[in-house]
Amino acid sequence: MRLVVDLNKCQGYAQCAFLAPDVFAMHGEESLVYNPHAPEEQRERLARAVAACPVQAITADGLEDLAGEPGAGAAQEASDVR
Amino acid sequence: MSADHLDWLRREGRILIVGASLAGLRAAETLRAEGFTGELTLIGDEPYEPYDRPPLSKSVLLGMASPHHTELPHRWEVDAKWRLGIPASGLDLAAKRVRLADGDEVPYDRLLIATGVRARPWPKEDEARLSGVCVLRTRDDAADLYQRLKAGPRRVFVIGAGFAGSEIASACREMGLAVTVAERAGAPLVGALGGVVGAVAADLQTESGVDLRTHVTVTALEGDSVGRVRAVHLSDESVVEADVVVVSLGSQRNTDWLAGSGLGAGPNGIACDAGCRAFDFRGIVTDDVFVAGDVARSPHALFGYQFLSLEHWGNAVAQAETAAHNMICHGADRRPHLWMPAFWSSMFGVNIKSVGVPPMGDQLMITQGSPAERRFVGVYGYQGRVIAAVSFDSARWLEFYARQIERGAPFPVEFPTMDRRPEGRQPVAADFPDPSLPTHGPTVTLTGYSPADQQLVFHPALH
Repeated sequence: MRLVVDLNKCQGYAQCAFLAPDVFAMHGEESLVYNPHAPEEQRERLARAVAACPVQAITADGLEDLAGEPGAGAAQEASDVR
Repeated sequence: MSADHLDWLRREGRILIVGASLAGLRAAETLRAEGFTGELTLIGDEPYEPYDRPPLSKSVLLGMASPHHTELPHRWEVDAKWRLGIPASGLDLAAKRVRLADGDEVPYDRLLIATGVRARPWPKEDEARLSGVCVLRTRDDAADLYQRLKAGPRRVFVIGAGFAGSEIASACREMGLAVTVAERAGAPLVGALGGVVGAVAADLQTESGVDLRTHVTVTALEGDSVGRVRAVHLSDESVVEADVVVVSLGSQRNTDWLAGSGLGAGPNGIACDAGCRAFDFRGIVTDDVFVAGDVARSPHALFGYQFLSLEHWGNAVAQAETAAHNMICHGADRRPHLWMPAFWSSMFGVNIKSVGVPPMGDQLMITQGSPAERRFVGVYGYQGRVIAAVSFDSARWLEFYARQIERGAPFPVEFPTMDRRPEGRQPVAADFPDPSLPTHGPTVTLTGYSPADQQLVFHPALH
């Protein structure tokens, strides 16, 4: 699953690093580093992180089959080039 | 333009986007999201679908992400024809066709140019070809550099202490590698943030064990008998042995393919109006050619209507969305691209963020925190108003300063700040290098045309 974080929006609340620590990590006090290609088994945690971000800085695709779950809205529609 | 023509364009026109990176992708998504149902084609010189670049010098080098997997998620179905791995090589404005390097030609009704920038190579070609001499811009570059760093070189040498060079040096130290950084100016990041903040960045580097050399230039790269780099010669006559050399000398705008096209394109980018419509070389706005991202230069009302060229991630997104919107709507519905410049970087465990245009500022005032603690906000002033702010590990203040910049708040700042200290309430010179001297370039260009690139002869009208 692909994801991207708008680090202009990111304020280092670290909710994502708490909810999906294998995908997101704090580096220093407020820098976020993340894996932009999250493994499939992280799907549910990633969806929770997307939903929990207070500034809605995370965009991910491949979450469409979690439609109805909070955060799936950011996924929009599937990519046409995968 | 007539409403009929626009309706036709939205329904079955042909839109061509040259440049398949962040700006190109976001523009394509916006076109579809706003109801464009015609034929959409994206041209990209790399054989990969759009991927994100900021992780390449951070997460990838830290081993947290694969350089082969930073593809951008899609926010919308784009249903486009992708021509990847083929650069555009020419533009015929009159015939409305883009020529590709494989000889093909692609006609368009509306064109968006989002060709971005490329890494500035080491100028001496024979030295640049030595094995171990790298740049970092593309995912192939990142994969190559990561492999070389993983192999455990005895010393890495980074030429240029801008953001990318400093981030690479930071990653090297985290990997436990010996690293030397050479910078022509007096400190890292001076082109972007000035000498006062640059001094803080210099301390960060040296405290982290970087061998930082300032006020020096690299005069030669020396190879061994089998063509691998082995040493770097500096202008102070010192020689540093290194088996990986990263050339981090900023970027060049990808406008070469537009030479002779008649567009106002040159080394500083492609000039356009605030609505992202490209200018031709006479300064007349084109009707069907739009520009977005790192390659665009557009006037900004908040910054004296100077033509800003911003190598900022957020600018690429916002400008692409505005350009795409304007490409398929009536003149009265067009929006200006007046994005508040903002960027981030992280190095040596510190989060650096900025809003506004720091290199426009001539004075700096520390308003929160303290540089000695590596946790502060610095506000830049220009002609009595707030023009920019930078934060080290204090990003939550920047939204406030963005609003200050927008309303032209007075400088020096007059409001009391929460953690006011006895020191640091006085503005000091921000200490930017003389713009006429060559240094590591800032990622913001405030210039007009290079006079050397003049494409027409100016004849004053006789009245």
